Amino acid sequence: MLEDFFTRSIIAGIGLALVTGPLGCFIVWRRMAYFGDTMAHSALLGVALSLVLQVDMTLGVFIIAAAVAGALLLLQRRQTLSTDALLGILSHSALAIGLVVAFLSGIRVDLMGFLFGDILAVSVTDIVVIYLGGLVILAVLAAMWRPLLAATVNAEVAEAEGMRPEVTRIVFMLLLASVIAIAMKIVGVLLITALLIIPAATARRLSATPEQMALISAGVGALAVAGGLFGSLRFDTPSGPSIVVAALVLFLISIALPVQLWRARREA
Amino acid sequence: MDAQSGHEVLVDVVGAGVRRDGRWLVEGVDVTIRKREIVTLIGPNGSGKSTTAKLVTGVLKPDAGAVSRKSGLRIGYVPQKLSIDWTMPLTVRRLMSLTGSYPASEIDAALAATGVAHLANAEVQHLSGGEFQRALLARAMIRKPDLLVLDEPVQGVDFSGEVALYDLIGRIRDETGCGILLISHDLHVVMAATDTVICLNGHVCCRGTPESVARSPEYLSLFGARAANALAVYQHHHDHTHLPDGRVEEADGRIVEAHEHVHEHEHEGHSHA
Repeated sequence: MLEDFFTRSIIAGIGLALVTGPLGCFIVWRRMAYFGDTMAHSALLGVALSLVLQVDMTLGVFIIAAAVAGALLLLQRRQTLSTDALLGILSHSALAIGLVVAFLSGIRVDLMGFLFGDILAVSVTDIVVIYLGGLVILAVLAAMWRPLLAATVNAEVAEAEGMRPEVTRIVFMLLLASVIAIAMKIVGVLLITALLIIPAATARRLSATPEQMALISAGVGALAVAGGLFGSLRFDTPSGPSIVVAALVLFLISIALPVQLWRARREA
Repeated sequence: MDAQSGHEVLVDVVGAGVRRDGRWLVEGVDVTIRKREIVTLIGPNGSGKSTTAKLVTGVLKPDAGAVSRKSGLRIGYVPQKLSIDWTMPLTVRRLMSLTGSYPASEIDAALAATGVAHLANAEVQHLSGGEFQRALLARAMIRKPDLLVLDEPVQGVDFSGEVALYDLIGRIRDETGCGILLISHDLHVVMAATDTVICLNGHVCCRGTPESVARSPEYLSLFGARAANALAVYQHHHDHTHLPDGRVEEADGRIVEAHEHVHEHEHEGHSHA
């Protein structure tokens, strides 16, 4: 059944959503949406450099995204500009440099494919990378769940009570860089953040605990992938944006539902 | 020598200083906290109370001097500011196992001890200031800490709630034998249970029992003569207890709704004006 490109893309997309769901919850809780966006935009620079230097693209994107995260951490310590402004500078510079490098090197690449992804072109190898990489990311996330959650609620409490919030923060950024490297081919650099944030935001009103929110978020993401892909097949629309639109529809449904329904369930 | 001097030292801060951007936030601070001792830090805004608390917990490392902790010291911490983003679904019960996992029976017991057992399944974002502080206190307590560090634990709590919380803190000390470092949010009420008051203003101005600090010239010059009258050592003259569910238990045991209840506090040393 893996011969069918549509089946491949659904399997790949769902695999990705199962990882972006839980990870995206932390993006929402830690108010890092713009930060995730910046790392994602830097992925294009990673693509351009990997093509120029002829290294594996997933690895190149991971390294550049992690480097941009590191640069931001260092710049934040100097406390010159607000984080907001720093993110704006890094985000768009990385995107622009990526485009310039790609142009200068004379490489003929389908930029649209990287900006918006091309899930219908995933290979069996891509699926293996998504599921193996995703499994590693989820395993690390599960292992550091309690310290990461504690540091998210309050880093000082976590540290005073014997945890290492600085370390968990760095590990979390590496996880984020990995998921971006994996997701780039599928939804593209401009839409990765949507797959991180929208399912998590949708899960919020349906959840009573952080753990529930992570699981529901993964489920909502998978549903959005399936819905978006069927929609794109039915209406002949681009696949990446269709997935995001499907996620948005689920989010709108979740906020339209009466709160009482969830309250009652929660107290039961 | 006070009654605590024979107890084991939990944390010893010696001549510690913290420097940021070429400026000393605190300098030459000495704080010793022993088992069963309640140490209260007071001082004006920006006098380094929270910085000193962070030296004690180890969140900040001293740039001068030294901080030594009993090995394996278990700390329970209630920070000055803890805002939980609305995006995180967090019940009081789940908050309790933030930094460690505990059986449901222990969670219920800790919540009952601070009087918020009835809120176990409420979302933390829906709690009032006083309820949230009680939940945070329960969370810090459940760790069975050797040392509780409470940074302004009565903020956002009305006066009678403040009194009840201070009573509770004293009880925790009596029942668990832990040491407590308390940062007082105002100078008007320093609980009677405090063993040592340390008055900070970038450095230690004066220290001693609440009574001796109130009379010391350093304290008077820092806060002015009016403050001397304002520094009340709270003593128990209240004739009723405010129950966490909003009702009031009168001295004769009657339980009345809050609006039927008339305040007849007697406090020594200060007035509500």
